[in-house]
Amino acid sequence: MIETRGLTKVFQDKKRGQIRAVDNVSFSCNPGQIYGLLGANGAGKTTTLRMLATILEPTDGTATVCGHDVIDEPEKVRANVGFLSTATALYPRLTSQEMVEYFGRLNGLDEAALKKRVDDIFSRLDMNSFRDRRCDKLSTGMKQKTSIARTLIHDPQVMIFDEPTLGLDIMTARTIIEFIRECRLRGKTVIFSTHIMSEVQKLCDVIGIIQSGKLLAEGSLAELRDRYHEQDLEEIFVQIVAPLYVGQENN
Amino acid sequence: MNLRNIGVVYRKELREALRDRRTLISSLLVPLIIFPLLTAGLGAVISALVGKAKEEVPAVMILGGDDSPGILAELRGSSKIKIVPTQANWKDQIVNKEVRAAVEIPAGFQDAVARQEPATLLIHNYEGDLKSSIATDNVQKSLEKYRDRIVHDNLSARNVPDSALKPFEIKEHNVAPPEKVGGAAFGGVIGYMVILLCLVGSMYPAMDLTAGEKERGTMETILSSPISRVDLVFGKFFLVLTTALVTAGLSVTSMGVSFAVLEHLHAFDKAGEDAAQMQLHIGLTTVLSIFIMVLPIAVLFAAGLMTVALFAKSYKEAQSYISPLMFVVIIPAVAAMLPIDLDAKLALVPILNASLLCKELVTGTYHWNFIAIIFLSTCVYAGVALFLAVKMFQREDVLFRS
Repeated sequence: MIETRGLTKVFQDKKRGQIRAVDNVSFSCNPGQIYGLLGANGAGKTTTLRMLATILEPTDGTATVCGHDVIDEPEKVRANVGFLSTATALYPRLTSQEMVEYFGRLNGLDEAALKKRVDDIFSRLDMNSFRDRRCDKLSTGMKQKTSIARTLIHDPQVMIFDEPTLGLDIMTARTIIEFIRECRLRGKTVIFSTHIMSEVQKLCDVIGIIQSGKLLAEGSLAELRDRYHEQDLEEIFVQIVAPLYVGQENN
Repeated sequence: MNLRNIGVVYRKELREALRDRRTLISSLLVPLIIFPLLTAGLGAVISALVGKAKEEVPAVMILGGDDSPGILAELRGSSKIKIVPTQANWKDQIVNKEVRAAVEIPAGFQDAVARQEPATLLIHNYEGDLKSSIATDNVQKSLEKYRDRIVHDNLSARNVPDSALKPFEIKEHNVAPPEKVGGAAFGGVIGYMVILLCLVGSMYPAMDLTAGEKERGTMETILSSPISRVDLVFGKFFLVLTTALVTAGLSVTSMGVSFAVLEHLHAFDKAGEDAAQMQLHIGLTTVLSIFIMVLPIAVLFAAGLMTVALFAKSYKEAQSYISPLMFVVIIPAVAAMLPIDLDAKLALVPILNASLLCKELVTGTYHWNFIAIIFLSTCVYAGVALFLAVKMFQREDVLFRS
């Protein structure tokens, strides 16, 4: 389970001064649920997810992941999280198997458990044909599968996906979407950021719309349609973010 | 701090480093092949060339002297120079290195000498040219021999012994054993090489494991794992330290082997007696002492370079930050080759202190008080550098600089 309370992140910029990338964001996501964080580029999605993955520390507010506080127990939080984004690349000089094993060891798995888990994941994701191939020689699809295996190796309870399909071809993106669905089926808590409306419609149980670091609206797709009297998610999104987006552009 | 996690990171970094051509070149190939070639190889070539230049009988021209047969006979009789016919363009011939020197004998020289009046001989040469300088030296020796004979004859005619002009002789006598003489001559160079190679060996991995990781996009991947940033820094740091020490160790070993092989092949014989009297014996104790002294320096370099390189966004940017640091290290390391003696103040100057100490250790001199000061002060500097590296890894504005 994920719960954020007044999560805030302020960056200092020499030219622009203080930037509130995330401003007082509160939401929760339960096991077996997919929470979609929908926002334009620069809305604060990545910063929010990085704080949940304890890669960045909140300036104010806090969050708990599986009952562990992101500020007080960052290592315990990370041990319960699988974090995947287009920015989480692979080590080019390691093979696919070595990459996954490395993260298994960092997650404290002993060698016997690690071997069993690697064999299981590589079979499940159909990765055995390239397990000994170096990551810099893998195709985009193979790389994505290796990244998925890396996030799964310690069987985390929480999965965080930061725009995981960005820049991927349709077939590779479908693999990721299927994987996210499977995580929900397995009872994991899933949080997923994107700016692609169709992915949100297909996947999310709860949608949070974020702009200029603020969480402007939250609810299921049906609730949002009902609240804004509009069927098309894109139109709903524009209605919600337009005032802040125009202000941001003017700034 | 979790030793298991540090070990996991270290083993992974080592595996990647052994698969990386650039690391293998900078850490293994350079110390094993290029540096011995540049040092011992180049030294042997220079020795051979100097020896060959000394063996060559230089062509010398005589200007004038038709009325001074005595000095002409002396010069013509010398086996160390070859007298060639005088030509009007003698200056051009010296500049073009066809003739190495020309001796100008003034008119009436022999008569002036007989009358015991002052007379001057002029040797025209090409300043800075080695072969011209050897020719000048040989001509001078021949002329001095002639002058000494005239002085002897003049004194004998007056029944004055030669010792009246030279009542006593002055001689030098070296009491230092040959290995100490060799150590004093080469010790500074060895210290310089070891320190420089420690830096060269740690430079590439320090950049690859920090700025390189940011550039490849794997920094966020590793930061999302449960490992603490302190363990991550230490795992990476130990790999950089390993490459620094391996590079320095391999360099010293390969240089030692190269010198031994060249000595065995008598490659230095032509360099003359001076070189033959110097021996470079580096015993196991000295090697161990140097290694122990270099250890904190390697820690200082590894941690310092990682701190600087982490600030960069890319490998190229890291290179532009680190290249000027080479001078910060090279200048004090080179200064140790100057005639400076280690004292309590210099023992606190990082790099220069260890470089000066290496010079002493190679000669077999152990000033334990200085050794303690240098070891402890360098450990403190290394500790500060390591602390800064850990702090740098905890700064979000550095890790996610854009």
